[in-house]
Amino acid sequence: MTDKAVPSGPTRRALYEARIRRRSALIATLSTALVLAAIIILVPMAPGWEAVKKSFFNGPVLAKTFPGLLNAFLMDVAIFAWCAPLIAVLALVIALCRDVRAPALFPLRLFGALYTDIFRGLPVVLVIYLIGFGVPGLGLPRPWNSPYIWGSLALILIYSAYVAEVIRSGIESIHQSQRAASASLGMSDADTMRFVILPQALRNVVPSNMNLFIALQKDVALLSFIGPVEIFRQAGVYKSLMANFTPYVGAAVIFLALTIPATRYADYLMARQRRRRG
Amino acid sequence: MKPTALALSALAGLLPATALLAQDAASCAAGKTLEEGVLTVATGNPAYYPWVIDNAPESGQGYEAAVAYAIAAAMGFDGDHVTWTRTSFDEAIQPGPKDFDINMQQFSITPERQEMVDFSAPYYSSAMAVLTTQAVVDAGAEATLDSLKDLVWGAAAGTTAAPVLEQTIAPAKSPMLYGDNADVTAAMQANQIDAALFDLPTALYLAAVMLENGVVLGQFPAEQAEDPDQFGALMEKGSALKPCVDMAIAAIAEDGTLAGIEAEWLQDATGVPVVQ
Repeated sequence: MTDKAVPSGPTRRALYEARIRRRSALIATLSTALVLAAIIILVPMAPGWEAVKKSFFNGPVLAKTFPGLLNAFLMDVAIFAWCAPLIAVLALVIALCRDVRAPALFPLRLFGALYTDIFRGLPVVLVIYLIGFGVPGLGLPRPWNSPYIWGSLALILIYSAYVAEVIRSGIESIHQSQRAASASLGMSDADTMRFVILPQALRNVVPSNMNLFIALQKDVALLSFIGPVEIFRQAGVYKSLMANFTPYVGAAVIFLALTIPATRYADYLMARQRRRRG
Repeated sequence: MKPTALALSALAGLLPATALLAQDAASCAAGKTLEEGVLTVATGNPAYYPWVIDNAPESGQGYEAAVAYAIAAAMGFDGDHVTWTRTSFDEAIQPGPKDFDINMQQFSITPERQEMVDFSAPYYSSAMAVLTTQAVVDAGAEATLDSLKDLVWGAAAGTTAAPVLEQTIAPAKSPMLYGDNADVTAAMQANQIDAALFDLPTALYLAAVMLENGVVLGQFPAEQAEDPDQFGALMEKGSALKPCVDMAIAAIAEDGTLAGIEAEWLQDATGVPVVQ
């Protein structure tokens, strides 16, 4: 009776819940271990496992090629590093084009719509070929015909179309009443966009844009089609010299080392946003 | 000389009677092919001139198509008992059962590849050649190593040209690599690269047909290379057919068939200067 009046230590309910939690954790661990064990034991029992292992999970080949792959990966990182900010800027411009409301500026809206339609509809590889080989083929002098410049431009054009649509969805998610309220405070359209709409819109679309930038990390590899020797191409060279697919696995591991943390971070941002919105 | 080539000449020396060799090869293949009595030969998709003419190996036109039929004949398969299939390089090296008996698409024999697949004795030793354009030659490029070093280089990534480029020429700028021959010529046309390294027959074809103002500037003859580029037919690792194919190639090399096919389908390249 006294312990009811002075609640010290966990309640019976808390104890019960802790017990359930421990039990769930135990079951989850056991079932995971069981599945892993099944994979580890069963897969090697397949008749072709030895051949597959030699082709895809070949230790000596991996050891021999991994430093070269890592080195080539720096190229991917560099291309990503100069593409990402340019994509962000161009995408914002395109998104704003699609949001202009003055009748005289309708051509801008039209341009924005056409741009996103076209570049979201084209295969990335085609645009890379077309711009990476086509534009320099017009007779540009060096170094202005570099595949790095034009290949990057292709990536920027395509990805900014996607990012622009994401930003536009963010802009449209801000209720019309906020524009009305800003207008009633005497703010111009431009100021409304800059100080009221965009700060909220951009924050709302950070998680979606994170996804696109993770995708960009992988698509950077497509630049190898027009010459740059980045990790995917380097892996391909090793593959063909050694007739062994292990270098691709090595490249995948390197990619994952970057994309998994990035994906987790995007998830975290999304979860945080949900909590905020309640 | 490569061990394979040594073995080949030793074999030829031991058995001077070609007819005997051919006979052995003919009986050898029985029961060892995918389909009894039929030799399944794979080539690339598409297969290129001058290795296969018009992408139609069934016609026996083109160097590799003709060699395939000659090998088949030496192994006792007449023309009607040869079927063709197509594979990419990756399909040729993937683990697991193959859907071809032998695969011929200018596969260079390398020790690393031999870890994973089997190669026949070489049926062709290729010179490497420098493909470039008239504009680059006019700008002063010469067939000397010093001059070649300063060019911007390209090569097809899936070939042994990429490592050979690094070893023999060691260009000042790191080379660009492309998915296939067409992309290499596109990059050259776009003036993104000055020169590219190919096997000589391919370089001659690209210069003549694919590349505007294409020039084969020089060659590195196979006889002078420390580690010449030798083409072999690819087979599954541990293929029972390998000794038979080797015997067949020894036979057609011995009786002059191989040289005849080469004279018929591969252009005489003595006009291309040797790189100094």
